[in-house]
Amino acid sequence: MNNEVVSSLGDKAYTQPAATAAVRARVSRPVLEIDNLSVQFVTSHGTVRAVEGLSYSVYPGEMVAIVGESGSGKSVSALAVMRLLPPGTARIQGSVRFDGRELLNLDEEEMRKIRGRDVAMIFQEPMTSLNPVLKIGLQITEPLTIHLDMDEKAARARAVELLTLVGVTDPETRLDQYPHQLSGGMRQRVMIAIGLACNPKLLIADEPTTALDVTIQAQILELMKDLSRRLGVAVVIITHNLGIVARYADRVNVMYAARLVESGTAEKVFGHAFHPYARGLLSAVPRLDRGRSAKLATIEGAPPNLLAPPSGCRFRPRCRFAIDRCQEVPPLEPAEPEHLAACFRKHEMEMLDVAGQDAETAVKVGANGGAAPILDIKGVSKFFPVRGGMFSKTRHVRAVNDVTLDVKRGETLGLVGESGCGKSTLGRLVLRLDDPTAGEIRFEGIDIAHLKRGEMVAVRKKMQVIFQDPYSSLNPRMTVGQIIAEPMRVHDILPKPQIAGRVAELLQLVGLYPYMALRYPHELSGGQRQRVGIARALSVNPRVIICDEAVSALDVSIQGQVINLLEDLQHKLGLTYLFIAHDLAVVRHISTKVAVMYLGRIVEYAPSDELFANPKHPYTKALLAAAPIPDPVIERTRPRTIIKGELPSPLNPPSGCVFHPRCPLATEDCKKAVPPLRELGPGHPVACIHA
Amino acid sequence: MLWYLIRRLFLVIPTLIGVAIAVFFLIRVMPGDVVVVKLRADGADVSEEMIQAERKRLGLDKPLYMQFTDYMVGLAHLDLGKSLWTGDSVNKEIAIRIPVSLQIAVMASIIAVLISIPLGTISALYRDTWIDHSVRVLAVSGLAVPSFWLGMLIILALLALFNWLPKIGYVPLWEDPIANLSVTIWPAISVGYRYAAVATRMMRSALLEVMREDYIRTARAKGVWTRLIMRRHALRNALLPVVTVIGLEFAFLIGGLVVTEQVFNINGVGKLFVDATTRGDFNLIQGLVLFIATMFIFVNLIVDLLYAWLDPRIRLS
Repeated sequence: MNNEVVSSLGDKAYTQPAATAAVRARVSRPVLEIDNLSVQFVTSHGTVRAVEGLSYSVYPGEMVAIVGESGSGKSVSALAVMRLLPPGTARIQGSVRFDGRELLNLDEEEMRKIRGRDVAMIFQEPMTSLNPVLKIGLQITEPLTIHLDMDEKAARARAVELLTLVGVTDPETRLDQYPHQLSGGMRQRVMIAIGLACNPKLLIADEPTTALDVTIQAQILELMKDLSRRLGVAVVIITHNLGIVARYADRVNVMYAARLVESGTAEKVFGHAFHPYARGLLSAVPRLDRGRSAKLATIEGAPPNLLAPPSGCRFRPRCRFAIDRCQEVPPLEPAEPEHLAACFRKHEMEMLDVAGQDAETAVKVGANGGAAPILDIKGVSKFFPVRGGMFSKTRHVRAVNDVTLDVKRGETLGLVGESGCGKSTLGRLVLRLDDPTAGEIRFEGIDIAHLKRGEMVAVRKKMQVIFQDPYSSLNPRMTVGQIIAEPMRVHDILPKPQIAGRVAELLQLVGLYPYMALRYPHELSGGQRQRVGIARALSVNPRVIICDEAVSALDVSIQGQVINLLEDLQHKLGLTYLFIAHDLAVVRHISTKVAVMYLGRIVEYAPSDELFANPKHPYTKALLAAAPIPDPVIERTRPRTIIKGELPSPLNPPSGCVFHPRCPLATEDCKKAVPPLRELGPGHPVACIHA
Repeated sequence: MLWYLIRRLFLVIPTLIGVAIAVFFLIRVMPGDVVVVKLRADGADVSEEMIQAERKRLGLDKPLYMQFTDYMVGLAHLDLGKSLWTGDSVNKEIAIRIPVSLQIAVMASIIAVLISIPLGTISALYRDTWIDHSVRVLAVSGLAVPSFWLGMLIILALLALFNWLPKIGYVPLWEDPIANLSVTIWPAISVGYRYAAVATRMMRSALLEVMREDYIRTARAKGVWTRLIMRRHALRNALLPVVTVIGLEFAFLIGGLVVTEQVFNINGVGKLFVDATTRGDFNLIQGLVLFIATMFIFVNLIVDLLYAWLDPRIRLS
C-alpha cells in the first residue's frame, strides 16, 4: 500500500511526515512475520544449529534491529528469509510470511520474483558486494529490467533518480564507472540504490556500515532511516553495534547462540533489559558519554560451540545467576508489555544484578605531570612517493604531515581518526617499520628516527606491537608456545631452558592456561588469539606497546575482556600504550590523552576527559556527533549534526586547513594557511582558527 | 592502455636477447658435431682433412667469441644464419614450415577453448553430480595422456575402424579445405586435449570460486535468474585465471607439437626441431628456439591484453 505512493520518486507525494508513518506502522499488519524459524547446517563434523525457534515480526515503516555477536545466527536468519542459503547444506524449518505469503513453500522461480522486487538486501562489504567487472549503471538497472520490464532508457533514468536519492553526486557519470572507481561509502550508497530500485516493502541490511568510517556510517544510516520513514519501507538491520541500535532502531531483537533471548522496543530493552546476556552486553560496551571511571563489566567465557551447545539455556555456562531450573530451555515470554525475555529469573534480575553494577574502579593513571616523556615525536612526516606515467611528475601521499606528540611513562595515548588519516602509519614510524621523511622520534631520549638497523634491535625489544587481526598476525604453522617464545629467542632474553616456564607464566598473565602452549592459532577463539598476541608482545618485557586497532575485530563481550586485560597489565607492569583505534568510545575508555588526526595532521590533542567533555575542533565535534551512544533516551535528544562529504585524497589535499571543504565553520581564511596548533586550555592544543 | 602496450613491446627486446644468449651457449655444451654427422651419415669413409675443410667453410673453426659476435650481428639484422645441414637460410627453413604448425596450434587452441569453457562451466554448475565426475575424469585423463601416444591411438583407431589413414603432405587450407582438415585435425586433437584438460580444470575451480563471491550473492538477492548470473556476473570473472592458464600452457602446446608432428609425419616446425636437434644443427636450433620464444611472448602479450579487456580494474588503472 505504501508502494503506490512511491510510484515515482520525482513526485513530491511520497514525502509524508515521519510521525504518520510510525503511527501507521502500529495499526497495519506486519510485512514480515517469522515464526519458529530454525536453520541447520549439516557438516562433516555434525549438525550446526545456526538458528533455533526464531520468531519476530516487522511492520511497515519500522526499523527492527537484530543484535548479537558473531556466530549468533543473525546473518543466517536473514539469508534464510531471502532463501539465499546454499540449498544442499542448509535445512530450514518454521514459517516466514511476507505480506501474508509463506516464503518457505515457494518454488525457486516464485522466490526469485520476490527477491529484489519486494524484499531487498544490503550486505556488509561494499567493496566485494558489487561486481568488479560490470558498470555501476548495469548493476543498478538490472532489477528494473528484470522485475519491472523497463527498457534500457527508462531504467537508466530511474537509476539516475535513485543515485540522486541516496546522495551520490554526479549520477550520470557514475553509471558508466566501475565499482573500484568509487569510495567505500559511495559503493554502499550504490548498494542501497540497488536495494531500493523496485520500491521494495522490506529492506534487510546485514551490517551495512561495519566496514565504513564513523562519519560515513552516520550518513548511510541517516539515509536509511530517512528513506524508511519517507517511503514506508520496513527495515531489518543486523548489527553488533549497540550504538546504532539505540540511535536508529524502533525495536530490538537480541540473539545469543542461535536463539532470541530478548525482544522489545529500543527504549525498553536499553532501559531495563531482563536477560542477563543482554544486560551484560549493554554494560560491556565502552560508552562515549562515560569516562574511564570504572572498569568495563565483562561477560566471562565465550559463546558456545553450536555443534554441541549446552542443554537448556544456552547462556547458562556464562551466567552468574544460573540455577538448576536453567537446564530447561527458558521460553521467550512477555516480561512486560511489548518486551519479551527468555530467562526464568527475568523478574528477579533487577534485584540480583545490583552488585554487578558497581564494578571495581579502574586504576586511573593520571597525567604524569612532571615526568619526562618516554616517547617524544617532533615534527614527524611521512610522504609516500606515487610514480605517475613516464612524463608526469612523481607526486606524494602525505600520510603523516608534521606531527608532534609526546607520551609519558605509564600513560595511554589514544590516536583516533578515520581510515586514511595516517594513524597507522604514525604507529609504523614509531616502530621504525617505515622511515620518516622528516622529524625526530625520541624514545627514552634517543632519536630512533636516524638509528642504524643494528642499533634499532636494542630499541625494538622495548617497543612491541599488537595488531588488529589476531588470526592473520599469528603464524598458523607455529604453536602458541612457539609464537610467544620466538621474540625471546630472537632477542636472547632468557637462556633456552627457562623459556618454556616463561611462556607458561605469560599465558597465565594474559588469562590463558599453560597447556594452551601446545595448541595452534586456529584452535583458539578470536579473543584467545588476541591474548596470545598480547603475550607475545609482553615476552620481551617492553616499555611501550603500540596497539593498532587491537580490539576492533573482537565481539563486544570479548572486547571488554581484552580492554580490561590491557588496563590491568598497564597497572602491573607500568606499560605505556599508543592506542590506535577508530572506535571513539574504546579510545575514551582506555586513554589518558587523545590525539585526533585528519588527513595526516593532528587537529586536536588533549587529556581524554577534557577532549570528550569539551571538544574544540569542528572535526572532533563531528566525529563525536557521528558516533552513536548505546542509549536510546540520550540518542533521541542528541542533536544530529552529521558532516557531509568524504575524506579528500591525500595525494591532493585541500589548501590551508585540510578540513575546510567539509567544515561548517569554514571561511575564506581557512583556505589560505594551515592553522597552527593553538593552546586553547591547559595541554589542549587545537588546529583551528575559529575554535 | 596504449602506453602500456608500447612499454610491454619494448620489454620484449631484452627478453629475446637473453634467450638468444642462453641458447647460444647451452647448445654448444651439447655433444655431437654436425659436420661429422653430416659427412659420415651413410657410413662413408671421410678423411679428417675433409671434415676440417667443411668446418672452415661453415665457420665452425672460428673461436667461440667470434661465432657469438657473428650470430648477434646477424640477429640485429633479423638474420638467423644458414642451416649447417642444408645450407639454406634458417629464416627460410622455418618460414616454409610455419603455416602447417601455426594452423595446428591455432586449431588446438580453438578446440581447447571450445571444450574447456562450456565443460568447466557445466562441471561447476553440477558440482559433485555424475556430470561433474565424468568431466573431471576426462580432464585428469587429458593431463595424464601424452599427446604423441594419443596421436598413435587416433591413427590406430582410424585404421581399425575406417581402414583409412590421413594423407601425408600438406595442402593449404584455402586450396582444398577438406584435404587440409583431414590431415591437420588429428594432431590438433591430440595436442588440444591436454590444453583443454588444463583449461577445463581451471575453468571449473575458478567458477566455483567466483560463485562464492559476495557479488554473486548480491545478484541473487536482486532476483537475477541463475543463467543470467552465470553469463553476466560469473563467467567474465571466472575467465580471468583461465586466460592466464591458456597463455602459460601455450609452451606445453608447442612441446606437444614437437613430438606429435613426428607421429603424424607432418613436416612442420616441430619436426624441424627434432631433425635439427638430432643433426646437431646449431644455427637451426638457435633460430627455432628464438622463434618459439617470440611466439610464447606474443601469446602472453595477447593474454595480458585480454585480461585488461576483461577486467576494468586493470584497464583503467
